[in-house]
Amino acid sequence: MLSKRIIACLDVRDGKLAKSVKFVNTRDIGDPVAKAAEYYRDGLDELVFYDITASSEARNIILDVVARVAEQIYIPFSVGGGIRSVEDAHQLLWSGAEKINVNTAAVQRPALITECAHSLGSQNTVLSMDIRRVDESRDFPSGYEVVINGGRTPMKIDALQWALQGEALGAGELVVNSIDADGTRDGYEIRLTRMIAEAVSIPVIASGGAGHPEHLLEVLTEGRADAALIASMVHFGEYKVSEIKQWLNDRGVKVRLRY
Amino acid sequence: MLIIIDYDAGNVRSVQRACQHVGLQAEISSDPELVLAADRLIFPGVGSAISAMDRLRAEGLDEAIISFYKSGKPLLGICLGLEIAMEFTEEGEKDCLGILPGVCKRFEFSDRVLKVPHIGWNELKLVARHPVLANVSDGDEFYFVHSYYAKPIHEEHILGMTDYGDITFCSVMGSNNFFATQFHPEKSGKPGLSLLATFATWDGQPEC
Repeated sequence: MLSKRIIACLDVRDGKLAKSVKFVNTRDIGDPVAKAAEYYRDGLDELVFYDITASSEARNIILDVVARVAEQIYIPFSVGGGIRSVEDAHQLLWSGAEKINVNTAAVQRPALITECAHSLGSQNTVLSMDIRRVDESRDFPSGYEVVINGGRTPMKIDALQWALQGEALGAGELVVNSIDADGTRDGYEIRLTRMIAEAVSIPVIASGGAGHPEHLLEVLTEGRADAALIASMVHFGEYKVSEIKQWLNDRGVKVRLRY
Repeated sequence: MLIIIDYDAGNVRSVQRACQHVGLQAEISSDPELVLAADRLIFPGVGSAISAMDRLRAEGLDEAIISFYKSGKPLLGICLGLEIAMEFTEEGEKDCLGILPGVCKRFEFSDRVLKVPHIGWNELKLVARHPVLANVSDGDEFYFVHSYYAKPIHEEHILGMTDYGDITFCSVMGSNNFFATQFHPEKSGKPGLSLLATFATWDGQPEC
């Protein structure tokens, strides 16, 4: 039986680990390479890096960090942030990433998803969506809207429609990130996650809002997510990956316990 | 020398890195002559079997892999490397290498809760003993990413099985000096690394 995946998300800025609350007020909290290695030893199932570096000259910094992480961890490893072309994606794969996450550039130019899927394979092409809650309307039948640029720019695109389009264009997995829940540690946006997970036939990774193992239990059962992204919960040492997995296992969620 | 075949199907560098981690120096090559001259060979891959088979044929690597297999030297297939070793795949109705009798089928579920591709960590149930599995325990979990699965005709080729939904599929297979996993040992933490380390010292004989 397939296990639910626990994925740690590291926001990396200028080669350092950062964590934001509602996508602003980021602060540096350490060395991403050391964190990655620590989580790997503690039973993490998968790792995601989001490069939130703004400047293009800092691009080489993330490639170097990716290469150093890839020497330490032997689990799936994906990288997102600033990927605008197949060339960007290939650079990251060559440095050691396994999958790439496209987000803003894919909303602006959806063909990017298909280009990546053809060139790297669908299984290596993850569509990451930043989503905010809006009033249900004719424009937003799902009651959720796609936003870009780290949550700053609303796109007038219905979130459920974008998820389905992303799947049709060739994405192999979806990251459903709630801007409203991000950094609050009050729990995932369950209704949104479930709506998308039930509508698509590719795996859905829930993101934004994890603060307690209870939140993971909720999103992996009621929310129908295939995987749950965590960040602050583990970055500040409050919980260990292995503790969260054991806690979930004790409550009947199938997770990988031998590592 | 250990060669990892590069035919533009997935990240061969992660296989190379995992080999290095367990003390195994590996060269990446797409040259059929180098492939034939290797002491042991890894045939990895993810993605589409259609374009993979086309590329193998274009480079003359299909014949090189078959000849390598006939030479009796240790050969490890990973994921697409396992699928393509079969005779035929439903994916694009494509003829494959035919190292093992059998076909590849696509996961089909009536229950939409089950996602395709099958992505994530899943358990290996050991059904037969094999030298490369010496350090793997029944129930160890490995990382899978695939939409098709192999159905070998001969039961003796099935070494391990995995459940996904109501389908139990062959996740490890072997025949003579060929050993293959549907999962990615290079992405499967300790049990995967240990499997690669065991392959590095395997003499190609299937008996324990």
